[in-house]
Amino acid sequence: MSVALSSARREQRVPRPRHRLRRVLAEVASVILVVVLLLWSLTPVYNMLLIALDPDDGDIEFEGLLWPPDPSLHSFHAVLTQGYWLVEDFWRQFGNSFFIGLMTMFLTVLIGSPASFALARMRFSRGWLLVNAPLLTYAVPASFLVIPFTRLMASYGLSNSLWAIIAANVTFTTPYAILILRQYATLIPIELDEAAQVDGASPGQVYRRIYLPLMTPALAAVGTFALLLAWNEYLYQYVLLSSTRNMTVAVAIAQFFNSDEAPLNYMMAAAIIYSLPPIVIFYAFRRYMAAALTRGAVRG
Amino acid sequence: MRGTPQVLAAGPAALDPPRPSWHRHLRGSEFAWAIAFVVPYAAVFSAFVVYPVAYGLWMASDPSLYRDLMANPLYAQTVINTVLYVGLAVNVKMFLALLLSGFFMRRRWWIKALLPVYILPWALPAIPAFVSFHWMLIGEEGLVNSVLSALFSIQGPLWFNDRRLALGSNVVAYIWKWLPFWTLTFFAARTAIPQEIYEAAEVDGASGCRRFAHVIFPLLGNLYLACTLLSTLWTIGDFTTVSLVSEGAPAHSTDVLATLGIHYAFDAAQPSLGVAAVMSALPVLIPIVVMLMRRLQTREVQL
Repeated sequence: MSVALSSARREQRVPRPRHRLRRVLAEVASVILVVVLLLWSLTPVYNMLLIALDPDDGDIEFEGLLWPPDPSLHSFHAVLTQGYWLVEDFWRQFGNSFFIGLMTMFLTVLIGSPASFALARMRFSRGWLLVNAPLLTYAVPASFLVIPFTRLMASYGLSNSLWAIIAANVTFTTPYAILILRQYATLIPIELDEAAQVDGASPGQVYRRIYLPLMTPALAAVGTFALLLAWNEYLYQYVLLSSTRNMTVAVAIAQFFNSDEAPLNYMMAAAIIYSLPPIVIFYAFRRYMAAALTRGAVRG
Repeated sequence: MRGTPQVLAAGPAALDPPRPSWHRHLRGSEFAWAIAFVVPYAAVFSAFVVYPVAYGLWMASDPSLYRDLMANPLYAQTVINTVLYVGLAVNVKMFLALLLSGFFMRRRWWIKALLPVYILPWALPAIPAFVSFHWMLIGEEGLVNSVLSALFSIQGPLWFNDRRLALGSNVVAYIWKWLPFWTLTFFAARTAIPQEIYEAAEVDGASGCRRFAHVIFPLLGNLYLACTLLSTLWTIGDFTTVSLVSEGAPAHSTDVLATLGIHYAFDAAQPSLGVAAVMSALPVLIPIVVMLMRRLQTREVQL
């Protein structure tokens, strides 16, 4: 542990002999830790590739090798051309996942940003109530809400509808968005608002002309988080979406579990393709997300 | 990422910018604006949180439901599983995240290069990740057992045939998925600790373990506690991990409250019993939320 925590500063001094040995040991330990963490992070991902590249439709068999003896992209081809009954609606389901993700992102920003403006920039005598409401949402984890939620959606005629999923996602992303945006808003000098006020701007104008442009990085981060949450979400999709055409890829992948002779390589190929968009978005927006984290984001 | 000391749990209040004195009181049109800004969120909150929760409480209000639950030995085991799962997964994850965040503070190129790979589990969606864990551990052909037999010629165990191994698999998969996120959170908090504090500690001879115990932990303690509470809340409701990694196997003996509730509600067509099963965690959840709210309000923990 002392290894992990010794600061870089200490190494700038001229080391005494006794310290030199400790330094070398610390470096060796840190390299070992890096290797361990690499293996830890990559093994499940490698396992996905391994199964997806297996040419056989049936079981996974490695024959003592850590690489399929005869790797093939056949499974990716089958998924992309919808060449098997379990993946026959793959592109439609992919579109559904995208639709849910993008709508969740859009609505989270649309609903979260004005609320955060009111809480962060306007004096609300009952503001604490609204500040705590998001936290109250966390008292009711998603899996607890899903049963009454499903019944309500059925009574609204929204069961098996993508909008029900979007509603559920927005319910859980907005509180989080408000928390982060409120924190980030403290970075913007309040004098800007005051100056605009003196010039006769209404709160609506302050929000549109000053708040939104300056909050762009935080809004990007919050939108990305919302998209990732929608992509990670499984429970509501599993419970609410029943027809294959309205399913998302997440549910379709889990469907492979239910049929006994389902080709695992197709499942893994679909899983890998499904993973690509969030990974691309995640690494593209990494800077914004780091900034939001520094301001204290808490949910991934 | 430097220069944002407010993130720090213990960040002195003096570092906070002076509170704006913009609107002492909202009047007339401004009040209308404020209401208009908040109405969309209030609508979402009441339609999708308050109403379903009230409905759920009404569904689960019959005391006989709880008598049925208590009479079922599966329920008692599920409660124990939930406590074990949440207790182990959250605490191990948070502690590792705190230590590893310190590791990533080191200025070495190989540590910097590791970071993008290290956060991959966070970027990978939950379904593919947990499906992969499931097939990595299954039977004799799974990657883990193949590696064990190829490298060490050990016959690996059947991971999902033993309750303890299956529960452990769930915990490991959960930690794998969420460790990077919390590591980055603590990493961000650490970068906000002013360098002078490290220097002062070093002058006073505190380094390594002692610096961790006497300098870093007191500074990050509040944040650590708040994050642990929040993570506990989320993990108690976690359905995806258990339902995809061990699938409750063997024979529902690794189910947690979330998966059992969903199983009752949708597979056994007893929605009220399902709600009752999950609502029985409320006596634990509510104190955690109250504690979290207090931490966030009074101590100025900026999450």
